[in-house]
Amino acid sequence: MVWDLDKNRNNIAIIDETGVFLSYCQLGTEGGKIAETVGRRCLIFCLCENSIGSVFGYVGFINNRIVPVLLNRHLEREMLDHLLEIYCPAYLWMPEYQADVFENTCCVYRAHGYVLLKTDYRQEYPLNDELALLLTTSGSTGSPKLVRQSYENILDNAKSIAQYLELNERERPITTLPMNYTYGLSIINSHLLVGATILVTEKSLMQKEFWRFCKEAEATSFGGVPYTYEMLEKIRFRGMELPKLKTMTQAGGKLTPELHKLFAQYATDHGKKFIVMYGQCEATARMGYLPADKSLEKCGSMGIAIPGGKFHLIDVNGQDVTEPHVTGELVYEGANVTLGYAECGEDLIKGDERGGILQTGDMAQFDEDGYYYIVGRKKRFLKIYGNRVNLDEIDRLVKAHFNNIDCASAGVDDHMYLFVTDETIAEDVKSFVVHKTGLNPAAFKTVVIGEIPKNDAGKTLYKELTKYYQQS
Amino acid sequence: MSNKEKYVQAFVEALEVEESIVEGLEYQAIAEWDSVGHMSLIAAIEEAFDIMMDTDDIIDFSSYEKGKEILTSNYGIEF
Repeated sequence: MVWDLDKNRNNIAIIDETGVFLSYCQLGTEGGKIAETVGRRCLIFCLCENSIGSVFGYVGFINNRIVPVLLNRHLEREMLDHLLEIYCPAYLWMPEYQADVFENTCCVYRAHGYVLLKTDYRQEYPLNDELALLLTTSGSTGSPKLVRQSYENILDNAKSIAQYLELNERERPITTLPMNYTYGLSIINSHLLVGATILVTEKSLMQKEFWRFCKEAEATSFGGVPYTYEMLEKIRFRGMELPKLKTMTQAGGKLTPELHKLFAQYATDHGKKFIVMYGQCEATARMGYLPADKSLEKCGSMGIAIPGGKFHLIDVNGQDVTEPHVTGELVYEGANVTLGYAECGEDLIKGDERGGILQTGDMAQFDEDGYYYIVGRKKRFLKIYGNRVNLDEIDRLVKAHFNNIDCASAGVDDHMYLFVTDETIAEDVKSFVVHKTGLNPAAFKTVVIGEIPKNDAGKTLYKELTKYYQQS
Repeated sequence: MSNKEKYVQAFVEALEVEESIVEGLEYQAIAEWDSVGHMSLIAAIEEAFDIMMDTDDIIDFSSYEKGKEILTSNYGIEF
């Protein structure tokens, strides 16, 4: 059992914008009912949203050793079918209004707008004893790769987060991130641990209803990816009257130093806390944080390791970096380092493959005081609106879909550039990538060039493409 | 270009959708008009009409019709 729900039985655990709520006691009872219906340890696909149905199902599954795979309820059908075929879950837990399109299933339970559908897959894969939860590696391009998280991972990371954010039962976080996204989920996990009240809404920062709920329900905190803070700036958030709001956290990519400074200054001036954090799904959620009182002094830094964790850097030869301001790959050690990946049903029986050590793939430096700064990435991926998108995978997908195409993708966070040589298909390539990633088209631009630069061995020279999108 | 044409054009460019679907559109009714799309849309409208919208108007801008209403009553833009 991850959460001791009985400890805070009279507190409200979840409340939505219509005023419907569940106490911790009800959360335990309702979760118990659904677990009883399932009746055994097995795999369940959860199509998530920030609603009471979605959260209580998840809590019921985790606390009763049923293993959920958390997916976005907007996941493209073709990709969902692909995942279903690979993992053969015994049940689906999803919003009622989406349920009628699933054939060969029967509804065995319903509550709070959600339904439990039993599937008829003959195949069922054995689950490792430690396996608690499976998540996609944020921005999914239809890859079946899932991160395997253990009960210990979830509990350890939630405890650590609750400690460094000094969470208590009076907290009232409001949802701003998808529940199936590791950062959004970590907010839910850590607040349930301390008996706090989670305000759930599907409304976005760009809607009046969100802000009304935020004010009326007296939200004390929210989290955001870099793009969230750009949106907040656009709607002149810093001028809003939100006396109850005490904490703003940021993760999911590096905020521009300008925005980091603006929000750190705003928080300092208004008696609030602005906390920049660092993490990955592979480390359950969080690995580093910049304490609020250092947010101005160490602007641009992602901070220090979370309680119970350790950072160090290794150079290209695998040796420890000991000098400040020298770039190396960031390595994290802690009990929240996940078990490993699953790429097929047979992988669900696998145990711990990482031994508590994660090579993050991020290139970083530390300063004289031991504060870490992310300076680049080892692998070719971008963070788009907080979602990880692998550029090599995009190239592969495009090449597989379009015959005889030459293409290359590159760019900076929140802006992907799709290079093609054939003008007639430029728009098709873009819509294909938009569709595959499920991200807003505003993040993508196509550039038609004479040829894709390559070396003698035929490898794409991505560096030569930077001139098309980086101003000198 | 008339105000209505400018208005429709802002949707077409910001959300990258066909002109034919713009009329009657509502926030989150299509994937393109999510919070990211909303940012682009507001920026496009502000540029097209050379205005600076207030926070309340930005978050109240929940549909094609509502947007017209806001532009008319708060920014004097007639359609």
